[in-house]
Amino acid sequence: MSVATRVRAAAAQRILVKDGPYGTAIQALGLTAADYRGSLDLPMDQKGNNDMLNLTRPDAIAGVCNQYIAAGSVILATNTFNANRISQADYGAEHLVGDINRAAARIIRQCVDAATAADGIDRFVCGSLGPTNKTLSLSPRVSDPGYREVDFDGVKAVYREQIDALVEGGVDIILIETVFDTLNAKAAAFAAMEAGEALGRELPIMLSMTLTDLSGRNLSGQTVEAFWHSIRHVKPLSVGLNCSFGATELRPHVVALARAADTLIQVYPNAGLPNELGAYDEAPDTTGGLVGDWAREGLINMIGGCCGTTPAHIAAMAKAVAAYPPRVVPAPAPALRLSGLEAFSFAA
Amino acid sequence: MQREHNNTSPLEGKVGLGAAEPGEGLHLSGQANPSPGSLRESDLPPAGGGSAVASFINIGERTNVTGSAVFKKLILAGDYTAAVEVARQQVENGAQIIDVNMDEGLLDSETAMVTFLKLIAAEPDIARVPVMVDSSKWSIIEAGLKCIAGKGIVNSISLKEGEAQFLEQARKVMHYGAAAVVMAFDEKGQADTAQRKVEICERAYKLLTGIGFEPADIIFDPNIFAVATGIEEHNNYGVDFIEATAEIRRRCPHAHISGGVSNLSFSFRGNEPVRRAMHSVFLLHAIRAGMDMGIVNAGQLDVYDAIDPELREACEDVVLNRRADATDRLLAIADKFKGDGKLAEKATDEWRFLPVNKRLEHALVKGLDAFVVEDTEEARLVALNSGGRPIDVIEGPLMDGMNVVGDLFGSGKMFLPQVVKSARVMKKAVAHLLPHIEAEKTEGSSSKGKIIMATVKGDVHDIGKNIVGVVLQCNNFEVVDLGVMVPFQTILKAANDEGADMIGLSGLITPSLDEMVTVAAEMQRAGMTMPLLIGGATTSRVHTALRIAPAYSGPVIHVLDASRAVGVAGTMVSDTLKDDLVAATAREYEDIRIKRANNAQSVLATLDAARANAFVPDFATHPPVRPAFTGVQTVDDVTVADLIPYIDWTPFFQAWELAGNYPAILTDAVVGESATALFADAQTMLGEIVAEGWLRPRGVVAIWPAKREGDDVVLFDGDNRAEVIARLPFLRQQIAKREGRANSCLADFVSPEADWLGGFAVTAGDGIEPHLARFKAANDDYQDILLKALADRLAEAFAEYLHERVRRSLWGYETGPQQTNAELIREQYKGIRPAPGYPACPEHSLKAQLFELMAVTDRTGISLTESFAMLPTASVSGFYFAHPESHYFGVARVGRDQLTDYAARRGVSVEQAETWLRPNLD
Repeated sequence: MSVATRVRAAAAQRILVKDGPYGTAIQALGLTAADYRGSLDLPMDQKGNNDMLNLTRPDAIAGVCNQYIAAGSVILATNTFNANRISQADYGAEHLVGDINRAAARIIRQCVDAATAADGIDRFVCGSLGPTNKTLSLSPRVSDPGYREVDFDGVKAVYREQIDALVEGGVDIILIETVFDTLNAKAAAFAAMEAGEALGRELPIMLSMTLTDLSGRNLSGQTVEAFWHSIRHVKPLSVGLNCSFGATELRPHVVALARAADTLIQVYPNAGLPNELGAYDEAPDTTGGLVGDWAREGLINMIGGCCGTTPAHIAAMAKAVAAYPPRVVPAPAPALRLSGLEAFSFAA
Repeated sequence: MQREHNNTSPLEGKVGLGAAEPGEGLHLSGQANPSPGSLRESDLPPAGGGSAVASFINIGERTNVTGSAVFKKLILAGDYTAAVEVARQQVENGAQIIDVNMDEGLLDSETAMVTFLKLIAAEPDIARVPVMVDSSKWSIIEAGLKCIAGKGIVNSISLKEGEAQFLEQARKVMHYGAAAVVMAFDEKGQADTAQRKVEICERAYKLLTGIGFEPADIIFDPNIFAVATGIEEHNNYGVDFIEATAEIRRRCPHAHISGGVSNLSFSFRGNEPVRRAMHSVFLLHAIRAGMDMGIVNAGQLDVYDAIDPELREACEDVVLNRRADATDRLLAIADKFKGDGKLAEKATDEWRFLPVNKRLEHALVKGLDAFVVEDTEEARLVALNSGGRPIDVIEGPLMDGMNVVGDLFGSGKMFLPQVVKSARVMKKAVAHLLPHIEAEKTEGSSSKGKIIMATVKGDVHDIGKNIVGVVLQCNNFEVVDLGVMVPFQTILKAANDEGADMIGLSGLITPSLDEMVTVAAEMQRAGMTMPLLIGGATTSRVHTALRIAPAYSGPVIHVLDASRAVGVAGTMVSDTLKDDLVAATAREYEDIRIKRANNAQSVLATLDAARANAFVPDFATHPPVRPAFTGVQTVDDVTVADLIPYIDWTPFFQAWELAGNYPAILTDAVVGESATALFADAQTMLGEIVAEGWLRPRGVVAIWPAKREGDDVVLFDGDNRAEVIARLPFLRQQIAKREGRANSCLADFVSPEADWLGGFAVTAGDGIEPHLARFKAANDDYQDILLKALADRLAEAFAEYLHERVRRSLWGYETGPQQTNAELIREQYKGIRPAPGYPACPEHSLKAQLFELMAVTDRTGISLTESFAMLPTASVSGFYFAHPESHYFGVARVGRDQLTDYAARRGVSVEQAETWLRPNLD
C-alpha cells in the first residue's frame, strides 16, 4: 500500500493525531550554546538554531519525538522548519542543509519504526518545510513594490535540496507548513512534485497555511478559500491551518476551509494567544475542549499543536477527539476554481 | 464615461439578451452574479465565504497591449504607475479576471510581464481577482506564472507545434497551478469550420484529461472570425462557432468556451452601432449554445431588445448566415445607424421635470448653468407667493444645493473643476436675485465669515487664489478679492473697512514670500489680531513658521491647497474650534523653529572651494557650435495651433488640484471622470481660442557671442568678442558635495574661450484681457480659470517650440529625427533653457537684464513688475545653454561670501542683493 492510501485508510477510521512543536519543547530543555554547536566547526554562534540539534543533539530531538508518540501522535514531523539554505544562511550553516535534513529524517524514522514495531499502530513521518524568511509575493522595500529578494526558481531549488535530503533520510510525506506566502508554498510544492517524479513514485504533500490577521488572510493577502484554489493542483493529501492564533480565533477559518477543500483537513493551533510576556498559558484541557468541539462538528481529519502546546496538550487533544468520527471529505461538483487574493468559482 | 464608472454593473441591463427569450436569464454582469439555473448548490460559496460565483465571465482587455492603445502607450513609455491604475480601474469597474498581455515587438515582453505582475501583486484592490497570463510566447507565460500567488489562467496553449510540446506545456501549467485557454489550432492551422473546431478541441481534451488535467480547468477558444467581409467563405464563420460550441460542450464535459467577440464585426470598423448590434446578436446565440467566457468590452454591446428591429434582423441574417444576400442587406442599411446620441439627450432632459428646488440642486451639483436663471426666477416667485423674500431662495434651495456640493467635495467625491462649475451656477443665480434683494433693501445673506484675499505686491499670479476664493464662496464665505499686485496698505485698509474676519495672501514667485512677511509685519504694527492665511505655490509651512508667523502675533496659518482652505477658514470663524487650531498651529510652528535652530544646517563649502570644484564640461569632445544666427530676433510667425502639439498637460491638471500624469489621469479610477470632463472643456476652449484668435503668441529670441569669466557669462557684440554688451552673474552651488560631484554654476556650461549664449522671452497672454473681463462679467470663474490655465500651458508650449527651433535651425546644433512631445516633456534633447527665478538660476532680477538685452517689452509686450514677475502672466523667459553636458540643478543655499561676491558682480549693494537672494540665504 502506498503511503497516501495508508493515511487515507487510517483517516477514514478516526481523527489522526499529529505531534506538537519542536521549538517550545527544545526551549524547555534549556540547552547551552555548546549543545547547539556540538563538535562542529562553525564560524557563527549556533544557539537558537534548533535545526542544528538534529546533528549535535539527536538524543534530545528523539526524546521530544518519543514524548509526542507517547501522547498519542501518529503523524510525526521532522525538526527541520528552518533547515533550508535561506534560513541557515543566518547561521552560516548553508553547507550543512543536506546533513541536517538527512539526520532529522532518520531520527524521527527510527523513533516511529520502533514504536510501530512495539504496538503495531501505523505511523507516518512528515518532512517539515518552513516558509523561509524571504517572500516571493512581497517587496521588502516600501518604496519599490516591484522588488523581490528571491525568485521562484531560486526558492524552488532551495526546497528541492531540502526535500531530496529528507526523502533520503526516510520521510513518508512532505509537509509544507506555516505558509504565509502562497507563492513560496507553490514553489515548494512544485519542487516536491518534481522530486516525486524523479523518484518515480508519489510523494504525498500536506499543506498548512498560517493566518496573519483575524479576518482570515495570510501575509500575502489570501483568504483560506483562495489559498485552497491556489494549491489544489498539488492534489495534497491534506490541507489545513497551523500556528496563527489559538483554537478559538481559528475556528471560523477552519469552518471555511473544511467546506471548501475536497481533501483531508489538518489543523494544529497555538495554545491560545500569547500573554503580555509572549508566553502561552492555555491549559491542555482548554485546548483539548476547543478542538473536541471541532471534532464533534465534523470539521477535521487530523489534529495537532503548534506554538505553546506540549505533549500534555497533545494527549488532551487525542483524548478529546477520540470519541468522534472524522470529517467526511466533500465531493464538490466540477468547476473552474480560480483565485487572486480572493476565491473565484465558475460552474463547469 | 458615466457608464464606465457606474460600479453597479457595466453590462447588466445593456445586454438584456435574455429578455428576448423569457426564461433564458443571462447575466453578462461585471459583478458576481449567481444564476441559479446554471449552478448547483455545491458550487455556491460557503455563507460569508467571500467567494465570487459567476455564470458568464467577461475578461477585461484594458491591460493588454494588443487590445488597448492606451495601455500600450503607457507600457512603452515605462509608466507602470499609470499602467497599474488601468488595472485598478478595470477591477473597480467589475472585471472578474484581468488579462495581461505584453506581446509587443518594441518591448522586452518578458520583463514587462514580470514587472507588471509583481506590481499588481502589491495592490490588494487589484490582486484580489485572478490573472490571465496572456502571450503567444510560452517563455513569457512561464515567467508570468512564476509571479502569481493565486490560480490564474494561461492564454494560451495549442496543438500548433504538435502533441509533445502541447503536453509538456500542459504539465507545466499543472505544476504551476493554473487553468488554460486552448486554441482550436493544430499542426495544420487554425480551425475554421465547425467540424475542424470540434475535432481539434476533442483531441486536445482527450490528451489533457489523459495526463490528469482537470476538465473544468480547460477553456476552449474555437476562434471567432470576421463575417460579412464580402468573401463568401467567411459567411458561415458565426454559425461555425456557434455550432462548434454546442458540440464541444457536449463532447468535452466541464470544459468552457471562450472567444474574442470583437473580431466578428471587423469589417464594420468605424460603424460602432452596427458592430454593437452584431456582437449582441452573436452573443445571444453563442451563449445559448454554451459559450461562457469571452473578451467583450462593455462599450461593445447593446441591449438586444433595444436594437432597431430592422438592424437586428439584418444582423441575425449575417450572424446566422440565413440568406445569401445578408451581407449586402446589412451594408445597405449600415450607414443609417452610424452615429449616436439620442439616448443621452433623453436622459439629460429628465431632471427638468423635477420640482424647482430639486432642479436648482441638480444644476448646482452638475454644474449646469443653462436653465439656472429661469429656475431661480421661478424659485423667487414661489417664495414671493408664499410670503417669502428673494433672500430665502439663496438661503434655502441654493445654499442647500451648495451644501451638497460642499459635502461631496469634502468627502472626495467631487473634484475642483466640478466645484468651480457649481460656483458658476451659484453666482449666476445670486446675480439674478441681487437686484431684487437690493430693491428690498435688506441685508445680504448672513455669511459664515468675510475674508479679504489678495495676491501680494509685485506678483500677478492668481489662478490658485481664485480657486480658493471660489471654494470659500461655495461654502458660504463672503470673499472680498482685491486682485493681484496689492500693496499692504490696500489689504489692511480693506480688512478694516469691510470688518473682515481674516486675510488670505497668495503668491507664486519667491519674492512674494518677502512681501508676505511685510504684510504680516504691517498688520502687527497696525495692532490687528485677525487670522492671516498664507497660500500659493512657493509658500510652505516651514517658511510660514520661520519668517511670517514671527512677524505677526495674531494667528498665522499656512494653507496647503484649496481643499484645506474651507476647513481652516471655517475653524477661524468658530468660537469653539478657533483657539484649539490657533494653539496647535502655534505649537507646530514653534517646533519647526526649534528643530530648525537645532538642526545643524547643511555644511557649506567656501565660495573658493566651491569654485575649485566647478563642473567641467568636455569642450574637447564637444566644442561650442557656431550658431547659424546671432543677434536678436522677434518671433511673430507662430500661431496657437502650432503650439497645441507641444502642450504638456500634466501641469494643467495639477493647476486644478487633480493629481496624476496625462494621459493616464483621464482613466484614473478616482479623478478620471473629473479629469476627462475638464479636458473636454479645455479642448473646446482651445478650439475657440484658435478659431476666434483670442490669443496671439509673441516672442523674442537672441543668441550672443559669449565666454565665461569666473561665474559670469560675458556677452559680446561681435564675433571678435571685443565689445562687451553685458555681464550675467550666475550663482554657484555651495552645499558641500561628496566626492565626484561638482558644485555647479550655469556659467560652467559656457566655454572660457569662444562660445555662445541664447536668451528668449515668450508670451501666450496677449489678447487675454477682454476675454477674462467677459468671464468676470458673466460671473464665470470656471472659464476664467480655464483660460488662464490654458494660456499658461500655451506659453510653456511656446517655450518648448521655440527651444526646438533654436536647436534645429537658429543655433542648429541638433539634427536627426524630431522628438515626440513625450520626449520633449522628458527633456530628451541636448541643451537647457533655465529661467531666472527657478532653482538653477534663482535670482529673479536677472530677468531685468535679459529683458533689456532683448528689448523684450518693445518686441513682445511682456513687462516686469517690481518683483520681476512677468505680465501677462502666461509668459516664460530664460537662457539657452547648448553644451550637451549642461543640465538643470538647484543652487540651494549659498553663503555670505557668495552674497558679497554676487553683489559686487551684479553691481548692487549687499543689502539689495540680500533681499533678492533671501530664499537662498536661509
